[in-house]
Order: sequence, then C-alpha cells, then structure tokens
Amino acid sequence: MTPMSPASGPKLVLEGVHKAFGELAVLTGVDLAVTEHQVVSLIGASGSGKSTLLRCVNLLEAIDDGRILLDGDEISEPGRPADPVRRRIGIVFQSFNLFPHLSVLDNVTLAPHRVLGRPRREARAAALELLGRFGLADKAGDYPDRLSGGQQQRVAIVRALAMDPELMLLDEITSALDPELVGEVLAIVRELKDQGMTMLLATHEMAFAREISDVVVFLDEGRVVEQGPPSRLFADPSEERTRRFLARIVEGGRLG
Amino acid sequence: MLAAASTAAVVVAIAMLVPRAAGWPSVEERFFSREAFLEALPQVWAAIGLNVRIFLIAEAIILVTSLTVAVIRSSRSPLLFPLRAAVTVYVHVVRGVPLILVLFLFGFGVPALRLEGVTNDQTFWAIAALVFGYTPYVSEVFRAGIASIHESQRAAARSLGLSSWQTLRFVVLPQATRRVIPPLLNDFVALQKDSALVAFLGPIDAFRRSQIIVSSSFNYTPYLAASLIFIAFTVPLALLTDWLIARQQRRTTSGAVR
Repeated sequence: MTPMSPASGPKLVLEGVHKAFGELAVLTGVDLAVTEHQVVSLIGASGSGKSTLLRCVNLLEAIDDGRILLDGDEISEPGRPADPVRRRIGIVFQSFNLFPHLSVLDNVTLAPHRVLGRPRREARAAALELLGRFGLADKAGDYPDRLSGGQQQRVAIVRALAMDPELMLLDEITSALDPELVGEVLAIVRELKDQGMTMLLATHEMAFAREISDVVVFLDEGRVVEQGPPSRLFADPSEERTRRFLARIVEGGRLG
Repeated sequence: MLAAASTAAVVVAIAMLVPRAAGWPSVEERFFSREAFLEALPQVWAAIGLNVRIFLIAEAIILVTSLTVAVIRSSRSPLLFPLRAAVTVYVHVVRGVPLILVLFLFGFGVPALRLEGVTNDQTFWAIAALVFGYTPYVSEVFRAGIASIHESQRAAARSLGLSSWQTLRFVVLPQATRRVIPPLLNDFVALQKDSALVAFLGPIDAFRRSQIIVSSSFNYTPYLAASLIFIAFTVPLALLTDWLIARQQRRTTSGAVR
C-alpha cells in the first residue's frame, strides 16, 4: 500500500450529522473524520447510535441534517444517486445477511458481476482467490446455512471485499457469534488493517478496539463525547461519561 | 402404525355401514355403476385435452401477470403510485366478483361488442377470463412471499451497489418464489378444476362431456369418471410440489428463515 500523501484530506468526514426515526433522535450532531488507512472504532452503549451512523455513511439511511463527505465529495446530498457511492463502500453487518439461496461463491460474485459488469469467469476467479486467502476455498460451493457463524461472517467480509471498496464499515461483526468463533473473524480485520484498509467499525469488543484502532470514538446519546488514540482514551479518559461507560465495561469483564 | 390402523378402522366402518343404508342399492346403481363407468370413461378422457390445454396456458400466463401485479403492489417508489393504486383496485374488485361472472363477461360480453379483428373463439375467452379472475389471488400469494423476505436482505444487496431492480431480481424474488410454491400450486389445483367452467361458454370439456352422457342415460356415474380424471391431474401436481420443497430443503440444508 502506498503511504498517504500529506496533502490529501480525510477519506471520510461527518459534519453535524443528525438522524431521527420519528420522535426518536438517534444522531444529534456527529462530527467525525477518518483518514485513509486509518482504523477508527466507535464504542458506546447499545442505542448510542453506532449502527445508525454506519448505515448513514453507506446511505442506507438518509440523514436529516449535516453533511457526509467521501474524499471531500458530499455524498449525503439529497437526490444524489446512492448506488455509485455504495459501490465504493463495503459494509458488514452483525447478522451476516448472506443470501441464503446462493452458494458462497455466488454470494461473492453477484455484485462484481452484476454491478461492476465483470465477466462471470473473471469474477469467479477473483472470488476464489479471495476465499482462498481467508481459508474458505473449500466452502465455495456450499450454501450459507451449512456454515458456522464465523465462516458466514468471513464470507460476508469477502463479499464486501470483492467490490474493492475504498472504505469498510464493520457493524458489530462479532456480536452474533459464539465466543470461540470471534477470533477467526477478528483475525481477518487485523489482516485488513495490515494491508492498509480504511475502516470504521462499531464494536463491543473493547480489547480488540484497543488493539486495532488508530482512533477510538466514544458515542453517547447520538453525539461524539470524546475521541483519541486508544492508549489515552482507555487509560485516561477526559470526560466523566466516558469514564463511567468504561467502568461499567470493566465490571462486566469485557475489557481484557 | 397407529395412523394406519385407525385409518383402516374408519374405512372398514364406512364400507360396512354405507351399504346397509336402505337407499344404497339405488345409489350404487345411479352413481357407481360399473358398466356406465366403463362406457363413459373413454369419452370423458377424450375431452380432458381441452381442460389440460386451458389450464396449462392459463397457468403459464398467470405466473407472469400475477408476479407483475405483486411486484407493482410491493413497490415503494412514489412515481409508481398511480399504477399501484390501479392494480390494488383491480385485486380487490376482481377477488370479490364470482368467477362465472368474469367468464360470461369475457365469453359473451366482449364478442358481442363485435370489435374488428377480435376473436370470437370461446376457448380463448375462457383462458382470458381465468387469467383475469385468478391473477388477483395468485398475485397476493407472490406479494406475501415478497413481504416475507427480511429487510436486511435488501440492505445487504443495496449496500453492495445493486440497484433496486437488481435487488428484486437477484435477491428478493428468487427467495420469495421458492417460499410460495406450496400456496401457489394450491391455487393452480383450484384453477385446474375451474377449467371446467369453460363449458358454460360452449366448448365441450371433460365435465360437459360427462354431463351430456348423464342427461341421455339418467345415470350419474359419468361424473365420477370426470372426477377421477381431474384427480389424476391434481395429485401429480401435489406430489410435484412436495418433491420441489424437499429438493429445496436438501440443497440449503434447511429452509430456515433469516
């Protein structure tokens, strides 16, 4: 991966993003920036807006106010076609969301073939190579129901990677997994970081967030309360709310 | 085992009790006459071809029309609102109208307009009426299937950059149609029997043929022959349904909803 040139701006910027579902305000003015090759983790209690934030970035939810910029380009403009933007951003969901009627290989090749217009044979070859890299080569012909949760989530990551995304959004991708399957999925995220992938992830795995993140962002009540490098944020948070949240996590035994 | 035993007991009881009824001999003669049956069967069988042609053609067309109606009704685009409203009215109105009325309207009404270049062929109008009358029911089956696909499947497809049409075509409809195969074929079994309504327009189908024999012989057994022939076509369809479902479940291990 080529190192980022100092002149280039952040990959992703959120400015004063608001989002409400009816009466329920979920995001109440989020400001955030993700630089290229950076891994940024969103932490916070359930309902703090982490997932909604990721869905807004991928334009699965329309924001009510504020701006979202990808490479300095405002993608959240109302009426702007979402499909070209989504092609550039990969998202992996908590519940995998593989297509149950398609084999693993077809899950991975569907979008490269249909959206990017790659010839089927080419898309298959690329998919098999990717699956092989993540230890899933022998699962290519299987249907999702036959796979373990960890395998399914790895396929979902491969499916997103097959589109050559510039940015990956990971939405609590280990929360639906049995504890012994979490490791294999996190190993892939580590590998992606080593390759320089820009990632914005929501997680409850505090130890993992501490290990992998360049920046950790603490969200509370739909707003960024505090952010900083994990070494500082976990050890010496400056905000009282962050401190209380981390204290609850430690009591719960989630901070390794 | 227990099921087989209780079934056998019921069958034996009926077989023993019914013939004891005072009127049984005359009923047996009028409805279950061996000679009348053997005489009617070849004639009724010869007429079933018309039914088969009608329901096969009607079913093929209904698959297309009802899927189209279901897709329109499931659409969310504000642009399609007028179309959605029109189709919704069609579904609600036609479902409330007796099929025989639709059949008369198409079979006698349209030809009576004496439009230039429009066929008067009664079989054609019978098929048109069946398509028109059955599409609302079958479209509701498809619509239920489409609605049963979880929103997260759509989100996953859209997030990969698939358009709403591609999402429908490659993700939603393949799953939806597989889920609705049993109720869909259920409607088709009903349609196969309703193909007999064509007789009201004139063409002689299996049911009409048996009716003709009955009116000349004063014996109802030909109806039995017609029934058995209709059953001979619906049972294989039911078996095909079961086989399709079993194959689907083998392929994906389970039909689990996710």
